[in-house]
Parts: sequence; structure tokens; C-alpha cells
Amino acid sequence: MSSYEETIALEWPYPVNYGKETEVSCDVLILGGGIAGSHAAIEAAKKGAKVVVLEKGNVKTSGSGGTGVDHWMCACNPVNKVTAEEMFKRRQARPSRGPGGGLYGLRHLMYISLKESWNALMDLEKMGLEFRDVNDEFKGAPFRDEETKIMFAYDYAAKSTIRIRGGAFIKPVMYEEMKRLGVTIHNRVMATSLLTEGGMQGEKVVGATGVNVRTGEFYIFKAKATVLSTGQFLHMWVFSTELAGSNAEHDDPNCSGGACAIAWRAGAELTLMENSEPSGGGFRYPSYGVGLAGNTWYPCTLVDANGKEIPWVDREGNFVKTISERTLPTPGQRGGMGGRARLIPDLPERIKKGEFALPLFADLPNMPEHERRAIWGLMVGNEGKTRIIYKQYSEAGFDPDKDLLQASVFMPEAARRGDYWQMASPGTQPPQWRSGGGPAWRGGGLVVDWNLKTSLEGLYAGGNSVAGAGGHVGAASSGRYVGRNAAEYALKAKQTVLNRKQVEKEKARVYAPINRENGIGWKELHAGICRMMQDYCGKDKNETLLNRGLWWLNSIHESEASKAYARNPHELKKTLECFARLTVGEAILNASLARKASSRSLHFNRMDYPEMDPPEWNKYVTIHLENGKVKVGELPLNYWLQPPNALTYEENYRKHCCV
Amino acid sequence: MKKKAYMVHNPLTPSKAVEFDPEICTGCNACVEVCRMDVMIPNPEKGKPPIVLYPDECYFCGDCEIYCPLPGANKMVFPLNQRVGWKRKETGEYFRAGMKNPPPPNKRPAVG
Repeated sequence: MSSYEETIALEWPYPVNYGKETEVSCDVLILGGGIAGSHAAIEAAKKGAKVVVLEKGNVKTSGSGGTGVDHWMCACNPVNKVTAEEMFKRRQARPSRGPGGGLYGLRHLMYISLKESWNALMDLEKMGLEFRDVNDEFKGAPFRDEETKIMFAYDYAAKSTIRIRGGAFIKPVMYEEMKRLGVTIHNRVMATSLLTEGGMQGEKVVGATGVNVRTGEFYIFKAKATVLSTGQFLHMWVFSTELAGSNAEHDDPNCSGGACAIAWRAGAELTLMENSEPSGGGFRYPSYGVGLAGNTWYPCTLVDANGKEIPWVDREGNFVKTISERTLPTPGQRGGMGGRARLIPDLPERIKKGEFALPLFADLPNMPEHERRAIWGLMVGNEGKTRIIYKQYSEAGFDPDKDLLQASVFMPEAARRGDYWQMASPGTQPPQWRSGGGPAWRGGGLVVDWNLKTSLEGLYAGGNSVAGAGGHVGAASSGRYVGRNAAEYALKAKQTVLNRKQVEKEKARVYAPINRENGIGWKELHAGICRMMQDYCGKDKNETLLNRGLWWLNSIHESEASKAYARNPHELKKTLECFARLTVGEAILNASLARKASSRSLHFNRMDYPEMDPPEWNKYVTIHLENGKVKVGELPLNYWLQPPNALTYEENYRKHCCV
Repeated sequence: MKKKAYMVHNPLTPSKAVEFDPEICTGCNACVEVCRMDVMIPNPEKGKPPIVLYPDECYFCGDCEIYCPLPGANKMVFPLNQRVGWKRKETGEYFRAGMKNPPPPNKRPAVG
């Protein structure tokens, strides 16, 4: 018998305490102990606040950034001597991609990231992360600064992205620091709702409820300030453990949109929820576990099946002849701003014509030793979910000095984004397979002001729960900033009484699935929700489809979800996540209905409003619930510089950074 | 030849996600504690390897293996549709993780 068969009849190994209550009081309550939540906890504790962290997994390893990071976008550091202000000016002119870029880039968050990212790295170093080349392994390498031993990635002239030695173990380092500072950590507890003053929607947030995903025990948290940092919402359009979904994607299956769901139910304002991008789908191989030329693998040479090298071009389209030129800016462009060199953009056509034969391979042996060791040992060795790739491939005999690692064998069209085609690439997935916000930093989420406070009193947000604060560095930067802000507020605020009725109502909702035996299991429910999102909120949308989608989600809520069963606390967690996804889906559909215009920047196609980005719609559409009814609002594109805010980024930051 | 058969659900996908060597594993459950998904649960019998209950929820981060205090006690298993091959440049030989008669391991550790 397999281990599964052996266990199906066994009793649950953890004590089962459904309904048992634990009440916890604190100054700052942090929902989600990933990168943002951990930085927030550390900063809040340093301010003297009593801090409690809730984490669905284990803070030691959890979060989208929990498995590692290989590079730190640190535009302003002592080596390049660029100031945040100067870099900010340059970034403003930047095209659509990248943190804070494009029409809907949230530039106050980008500014905060520029101001905080180096300090975040310095904090980590003090905690024990040796991110520099302390052993002089890369002495003399063109990407190493000899004086500071800092190693840079991508553009060796700009020196604005730092390679992170030991990045695979950032979470254990932060975990120890949190313990040292006396932060109380509740591992394996997921947040299920926010508690508000008087139990009313739209009122001040006074705490949260949670459930232990191993024991089923109920938690009531009383807090003066609450920080949402549960990451983004993932797997909203695609779910299958067979082909696509948890197992084949890079993304953390714990990211069920908890923050969006509980904040929406509490009446907080969300924005950019209508933004979605083609999903990487289920055709991906382990991220960075295939031969690539981009990101972690930059600037690796690629060859075809016969060993013929794929040429590189700069952003002007000129051939880049040497390996070292790939790491320098295009002549005439300022460092870091012109975009990196890349593989020839017409690679698909050339493959189809027979000029290059599939499969392609990453030619590590062709690279100079410092580049080969940096790509395979340093970057793959430390990026998210890649430490295990380094370990297992090495044990299986892969030798970067001798071996060519095969690239994904897609249809040739997929080589369009030739430097990164394991991710979403045209033609590699059905267009209705989407992911919310695509690149982390532009996903939808909470609206926040310069304090990273949401529209509700007492409620703050950081990391990917905030529209625009994604990526590892965005999470670290916004996390530490929001930690200080929440602590300053909490230390002056009064403790409020909880509304018992609201707690009872939530308990009834949380435990309903454990009293049912038939009905639907969480997996089918999850897949059903995704199908609705695919059908009614796919690539091409219109009013009728979106309204029908809302009808379906509501109907699923009333019928199947009301019959969903959970046979143990783990299944309860998964079922509650489905309920959260139903809520997030409702918010996405409402946001999509509210924006009556198509937008290229938001990858948002309204067939009934086909004109792209008409100027009157260049604004943030916001949605929130008021007495259970959806209210649509709007914010100007630079709302963070409108009254009552100051007129400049610098002044706003100074006023709100709490240093 | 087995005499008994059982009425059970079909095997999950992936079938394993994590494999244990009961000769090495002491059932310390360090892997259970670092797993973000609760793929494994402690074995009711103390000292025995954890039970892989939810392989279909594996995130394939490898933390179970990376944080295991006893090398070889467990191994994260990439699903069959996630295995990758490589070619030795000089000889043209083709290898992959999980193949029969693999080449000798490369012992150089990662950086940091």
C-alpha cells in the first residue's frame, strides 16, 4: 500500500480543538509572517510595541519570499552613490514594466522602496545575513566592488541590483531576530476575519479572528493596530494539482488572497483588482531549474541542439558580441535605465525556419568561471525554490563546468520572450488562464496612504497585500515602513472592546464545514471557482459576462459552498481559503464592472468599451462595501501628492517614515 | 504474490512529493515543522518517518530536505512532469535527475 492508503483511516495526529477559544491582546497584530510581515514585526517591536504575528505556515520558512532571494533591487547604495531622489527621477521616465513604472505604477510605494531597500539589507546583515563576498570567492570579478565586497547583478556599470549570498536563508535569520525582540509568533494560524468597532462594516479595526490549521482551535486577537501582509491572491483562474496549479507553478499555494477577502468584508477600499495578466499556467518547469538566459540566469549563453549560439542584441537591436558586453548598458544609455541586452527577438521565426534546432541549452561551460559560479552557485543556489534545484541536480551529477542544461521545450512561439520563457509567454496557455496582477508589484490590493494605512482606522497593509508593493524588496521595504507606522499609531491608541456578536457570527461561518459530511470537497470547489473566473472574467470581458460571473459566484456561495465539508483542520483551512477566493472573485468582478474602459497597462479588455486607455479613465478605480453594498470610487493617478498630502515625495516620506 | 486487494481512492498526483529512508530518519519531524503546506504529518508511531498525507499540495520548495538534520533521511521528489535533462558538452551524453545509472554526484556546495 502507498502511504496515502495506509493513512486514510488513521485518526488525525494533532489534538482536535474545534471551537476552543484563545484570546490574545497586543499593540500590533500582523496577519501573515512572510517577508513583509517579518520586517514589520521587527520594526514594530524595535519601537517598543507588543507584537503578535499570525502565520499559516511556519515563520521560519514561510511566505512567497521564504524560500530565498538571489538579487536585491537596491538602486541607492554606497557603491553607486545614486540618491533615492535621482533614481526616482530616472524611474519616472521608465516604460511600463518594473516597480512603480507605467500608467498605474504606485509611485509613493516605489519611493518608499527606494528609500528603504538598502536599510532593509543593512538590517538583515546586522541580524546575521552575510550577503557580501565575505570569503573572497569572487575576488576580481567584474561584478564585485573590491572595497565593500558587494556583488552586483545584471548591469555591472549601474550597480543598482545586489546579488544576495545566503539569500536562501533570510527567513531563519529574521525568525531568530523576532524571537530575540520578544515577538509572539502563532504558527499554523490563519486569519479568518477582521473585527471592527461595534462589529460594523467600515468601522475602526480592533483585531482579528484566526483558526489553527492543525488543531482547529479558534483565536481572538485584540489589537490597537492590525497589519495585513498575507501576500497576493494566486490561483484564482487556474487550479489543478494534476497539471497546473499548486504543484507546477512557482507561486505559493498559501496565497489565497486572505488579506483582500477579510479587508473587503470589513469595508476597506481595494484598487487595481481588475488588473490581470496571462498566467504561466501549468506548462512550466521548476523555475530557474531549466536553462535560461534571463533573471537568475542572466547573462548565460544559450545554444541550440547543435551547439550553435543564439545571438544577443541590445535594446537598440545591435548585436552584442561579447559576454561582458551583455552586462554593460547599451552605448549612449544611462546605466540601468536602457534595459538589459537580450536574445534576438525573432528567435521563434528563426527556429521555425530551421536556423536554430530545438531543444536549446544553457551553455554554462561557455561562461567565464566567475559568471558560471555566480549563475549556478550564487543565484540558483539562493533564489526562491532553487536551493533544492542546486542540491538535487548536483547530487544527480549535473556539473556546470561540463554540462549544458536544457531549456523548456515549448512551441517555437514561446521563445518570443526568449530570455525568460518558462513564465507567461504568448501561446503557451489559453488566454482565459489569468493571474491577478501578473508581475507582483502591479497586482490589485488594498488602497494605502503615506502611512500605509488602509481606508479603515487601525488597519495597515504591507507587501503584496497592497496594490503595488510586491516583489521581495517591495515586501521588505513596505514591511519595515508599515511596521513603524502601525507601532506609532498603536502606542498612542486605546484598546477597544470587541463585539461578541461579530465573534459568534464568524465562529459559525468558520466551523460550518466540519459539521457536514457530504456535499463538495475543497478541491472541486476551488476548481469550480476558477472555471467561473475563466469563463466570465477571462481575457475579453463585457458587462453581461461580468454580471453573469457575479451571479455564478453568488450562486456557488449559496449552494455548493454552503455544503462544503471539511474532515479535519487541514481540510477546514483549504475550504476557508475557497471561501476567501469566492470573496476575492467577487471583488475582481466588481472592479472589472466598475472600469468601463479598456486599458493596455492593466491588460484589461472590455469588448463593450474597446477604446484603449481613454484619458478620462486614467485613474484608479476603487471599490469597497458599505452596509453590504458595493460602492465604486476613484482616485487620481497621483493621489499621494494631492491634499492633504504634501506636494513632494521627499516631504511626504519625511513626515510619515517614523524614523 | 499478494493475496489481498483494497478499495481505495486513486493515487494522488504527484504520488510522492517526499520520500523517506526509514533506516536514517529518526522521526524528529523537523521537515513537518518547516513545511508550509503540511504535506506531511507526524507518524503516530514515535521514531518513525512522517506520513506524506498531502503530496498533491506540495510547493516543491525542498525545505523538508534542506532543513533535515540527517542527510539522506528524506528527499523531495519532483513530479515526473517536472524533470529536466542536460547534455555533457564534450561527449554529447544526455542525463537527467532520476535516471538509472546516473553520473557521479557533483560535490561542490552552493555559495553562502
